[in-house]
Amino acid sequence: MSTRPDESGRGALPPVLRTPPGIFADQGKEAGAVLIRGDLWLGDRPLARGLDIVCRPGGWTCLMGSSGVGKSTLGRLVAGLPVAARLEGRVTVPAGRVAVMSQQDQLLPWASALANVTIGARLRGERADPERGRRLLAQVGLAGFEDRRPGELSGGQRQRVALARTLIEEAAVVVLDEPFSALDAGTRAAMQDLAAKLLAGRTVILISHDPLEAARLADRAWLIGREGSRPLPLPGGTAPRPLDAPEVLAAQAALFMSLSRPCAV
Amino acid sequence: MALLALWQALVWATGVPPFILPGPARVGAALVGHAGMLAEHARFTLGNLAAGLLAGVALGIVTALNLALSPLARAMMRPMLVLAQAIPVFALAPVVTLWLGYGPASKVVMVALVVYFPVASVLFDALMRPPPALEDLARAMGATPLRLLWLIQLPNALPALGSGLRLAAVYAPFAVIVGEWVGSSRGLGYLMLMANGRGQTDLMFAALALLAAMGLVLFGLAGALQRLTERRRAKGAGPRRLI
Repeated sequence: MSTRPDESGRGALPPVLRTPPGIFADQGKEAGAVLIRGDLWLGDRPLARGLDIVCRPGGWTCLMGSSGVGKSTLGRLVAGLPVAARLEGRVTVPAGRVAVMSQQDQLLPWASALANVTIGARLRGERADPERGRRLLAQVGLAGFEDRRPGELSGGQRQRVALARTLIEEAAVVVLDEPFSALDAGTRAAMQDLAAKLLAGRTVILISHDPLEAARLADRAWLIGREGSRPLPLPGGTAPRPLDAPEVLAAQAALFMSLSRPCAV
Repeated sequence: MALLALWQALVWATGVPPFILPGPARVGAALVGHAGMLAEHARFTLGNLAAGLLAGVALGIVTALNLALSPLARAMMRPMLVLAQAIPVFALAPVVTLWLGYGPASKVVMVALVVYFPVASVLFDALMRPPPALEDLARAMGATPLRLLWLIQLPNALPALGSGLRLAAVYAPFAVIVGEWVGSSRGLGYLMLMANGRGQTDLMFAALALLAAMGLVLFGLAGALQRLTERRRAKGAGPRRLI
């Protein structure tokens, strides 16, 4: 379910370099990108060596790979969350907050949908904007559901609330850690469409097991394995690409082949 | 009611003298006959019980919140709390009475002491265990420690606080009676000792009945509070199928 090696692990904070805008102007086309470089270790066991991942600004980058290889760990490193693993190398993230949306909806069970959407500002001690919360809930198709508690919503509706909560953060970088993998196929496709539409233009790092998801949404996909990372072929065109387009299905099949041979990285 | 009938039947059948076990009829008569005196002593006991409960619960909550918020407070207070919990609080009753006298203060302090530890420790434990997913969320969002406590840790710990209150409701009547037994000139505990000494067993049972009623009401109140905290949660956590 999770590639986090140790769920309870609350290790030391990783070496993350947050670049203030303008300082690294000589980065050229990598300016504003999220870069992950180095070796990922769990204790004295290497998880993935020689990582060299570039997530281009304003695009969707999909991280794929078998369970346990450290995909979620990389997502947590980008978000500045503690991890049990150790990265010998560097994660570069543009300055500003990173929003995270994960497979568990992370909703407060005792709070209404609207209160869950506006929780970020309140946790920071800032003024919450309930009107914006309402607008975003309407955008994700939950107008009229503002006062419902998470227990009164379906799995798909809860992920919609989580998406609205992610959107309200207005973070330049968004980490999506298998956000739709617990949903049924139809709901998942609808959520993919919605997320692609509403998160267009942000730097999105999508961690996924699902080749179809990558083929539909990502601008670039990386296969992560024990021996490093390599880009995977994807169809062009704007996301979300249609489920039934031949090039999407072909890409899905190709990704599937790559994933089932992770040693070939 | 069946229990009362059984009690009366037992008294009749065995022919126990009333100074060993008075029947419910005699106890009822004592309740009515000494109503004024019983009411006065009950008021004293109930007042101390309520004041001690309030003080103990309030101090317990404040302590738990402080400990949860400040690692320094945790480092300083934890050994003290462990030590304090190792001492049976009831054993402190003579000391408390020695220091604070025969008046209400010693009883209020006894109740507060007995209530304080379960409330503080149960709430603190729950505050320190927010769901990891919510902890991650708060961290990614840049939560301040105070806001994290108020918006996530405390609501998450409310059901545990409810259980703490139930424990407090069980212990508090013990504490107030022990306080009165050790040294008092008023209260139901004092009245029981007096009645016992004079062979007025029916009066003693009448006082006991009042104490039992107090305990039941207290326990009912705590249970209602606990259900309130749990409903708040259940409405969100699980599917709402009943109703």
